[in-house]
Amino acid sequence: MLQFLVRRLIVALLVTVTVMTLAFMLTRLSGDLAISIAGPSATKADIDAVRLAYGLDRPLVVQFFDWVGHAATGDLGDSYFFKTRVSQLIGERMPVTLTLGLTGLVIALVVSLPLGILAAVRENTPFDRAVQVVALLGQAMPSFWLGLILMIVFGLQLGWLPISGADSWQSFIMPGVVLAFSAIPALTRLTRAGMIQSMGSDYIRTARAKGLSRASILLKHALRNAAIPVVAIAAVQLGFMLGGSIVIEQVFALHGVGYLAWESIQKNDFPVVQSVVLVLAVIYVALTMLADMMNAVLDPRLRGG
Amino acid sequence: MSVSTITAGPRRGWRSAGTWIGAIIVGIAAFCALFAPLLVPHDPFAQDIPNRLMVPFWMEGSSPDHLLGTDQLGRDYLARLIYGCRISMMIGVTVSIVSGLIGITLGVLGGFMGGRIDDAVLFAITTRLSIPVVLVALAVVGLLGSSLPLLVITLGLLQWDRFAVVARSTTMQVRNLDFVSAAWCAGCSRFRILTREVLPNIASHLVVVATLEIALAILLEAALSFLGLGVPPPLPSWGLMIAEAKDYMFFSPWVIMIPGAALFVLVLGINLLGDGLRDQFGARSP
Repeated sequence: MLQFLVRRLIVALLVTVTVMTLAFMLTRLSGDLAISIAGPSATKADIDAVRLAYGLDRPLVVQFFDWVGHAATGDLGDSYFFKTRVSQLIGERMPVTLTLGLTGLVIALVVSLPLGILAAVRENTPFDRAVQVVALLGQAMPSFWLGLILMIVFGLQLGWLPISGADSWQSFIMPGVVLAFSAIPALTRLTRAGMIQSMGSDYIRTARAKGLSRASILLKHALRNAAIPVVAIAAVQLGFMLGGSIVIEQVFALHGVGYLAWESIQKNDFPVVQSVVLVLAVIYVALTMLADMMNAVLDPRLRGG
Repeated sequence: MSVSTITAGPRRGWRSAGTWIGAIIVGIAAFCALFAPLLVPHDPFAQDIPNRLMVPFWMEGSSPDHLLGTDQLGRDYLARLIYGCRISMMIGVTVSIVSGLIGITLGVLGGFMGGRIDDAVLFAITTRLSIPVVLVALAVVGLLGSSLPLLVITLGLLQWDRFAVVARSTTMQVRNLDFVSAAWCAGCSRFRILTREVLPNIASHLVVVATLEIALAILLEAALSFLGLGVPPPLPSWGLMIAEAKDYMFFSPWVIMIPGAALFVLVLGINLLGDGLRDQFGARSP
């Protein structure tokens, strides 16, 4: 178990360093940062002043290690546009994005676990096929379009829910549902496939032969084994949701990290952009590690690798 | 449940209605994409401000001249929809070609060589998965300015992971089969074995991945264009059409319903076709 943990930690660290390199290179793509920051009406002297003030006159390698060194201690630099610490900005916006992501994940699990289990129990019945059609429809749904439709129906015509902002818990219902839609197809299919596989295995036949109740077989024996891949994918999906919430935050005007990134891209605020990329990647890496460890706890067979 | 009951499974592959529905949708979309200039009744870029926001044919007061109405600048909606189909299909296919080249090369190399090279490929896949795609694509387009080639390359560089995963695992399965050993014994070069023995045998799996990737790329392009950092205006991308019409959606909901429904149906069709092909080839879902 310890060896497994150490191996995963080393890989996670390497991935983080690689992402930092890529994020740094990404923001340097456009050429001279100082010209972009100084703005269109700046004189040569202004640009030079900006270059000096932000340390952009130093060699790229120095700038890179400066960034990595500070980021390792939690210092992500200053925002050019907001004129505050980037870590403080992200800290202020993160609760909205996390609330949105967790709401989405809970809704997705509440919908897809029962659907997947029932579809597996009734394999090849009309219900099973209906569930698969729903999964297919969900997969094809453009999230931003679904968001706009919900806004028209529930926000404007029925007037049940607020169409923008993050003032109350009701504000998170529609965005949460939209975000959940992106995870429901994969989670439902995986639950169904896992349940079908474990229902056909020897230990379920043994449990049946022992005369255990149907509910006990389903929930204690079959689900426990089917849950292993579902747990892994749920954690990964949460990571994707946090990264993908940029579109939904924009639709519903939720001022989370995604919205911050979108604003910063438009304002050429590079420290914020590269930091958000880094933070989201680190969260994803942490989530997949967590999923691996939960799997190892649930399934002792995985601990050896 | 007795052991002897054999339940008749749902029809699969080309015997399933879903596959045919998908094929027909994709066929229509491909036809529209190829022959867009011949099909459109109006110039999709021609503005006609006095005739702006005209309603589509199923509503009261529509004009037979503009079947799907006009947008906020009076441009014919049907013409823009057909040209939008062309853009979606083109982006979907070209992005899949770029991501396929990267992903298949990496996956086949890792699966075939094993060892250190495979470790490196796995690491590349892990790193790629940890990068938030929409955010990075937005940042690249935001920094370098929106253009079609840039969008295709960016999405291609970000979406190769599934190709790599499937190519790697299927190559590993094929690598140890008898005909590959026979080719080694016959003295074939490594390159020849890769291109003549391995690739043809994993091709069907890759075709399935390609269809799903086309659908994914189309959805991504629409999302980026919707956020204003995808296809540059005035090109009629479906995502951009929804973004431009957003301000009018509360009074004229059809302005976002039409391009959104087109997007939804096309992606659904591609996925249906992909699922059907997967069952037909007997491949496992990636």
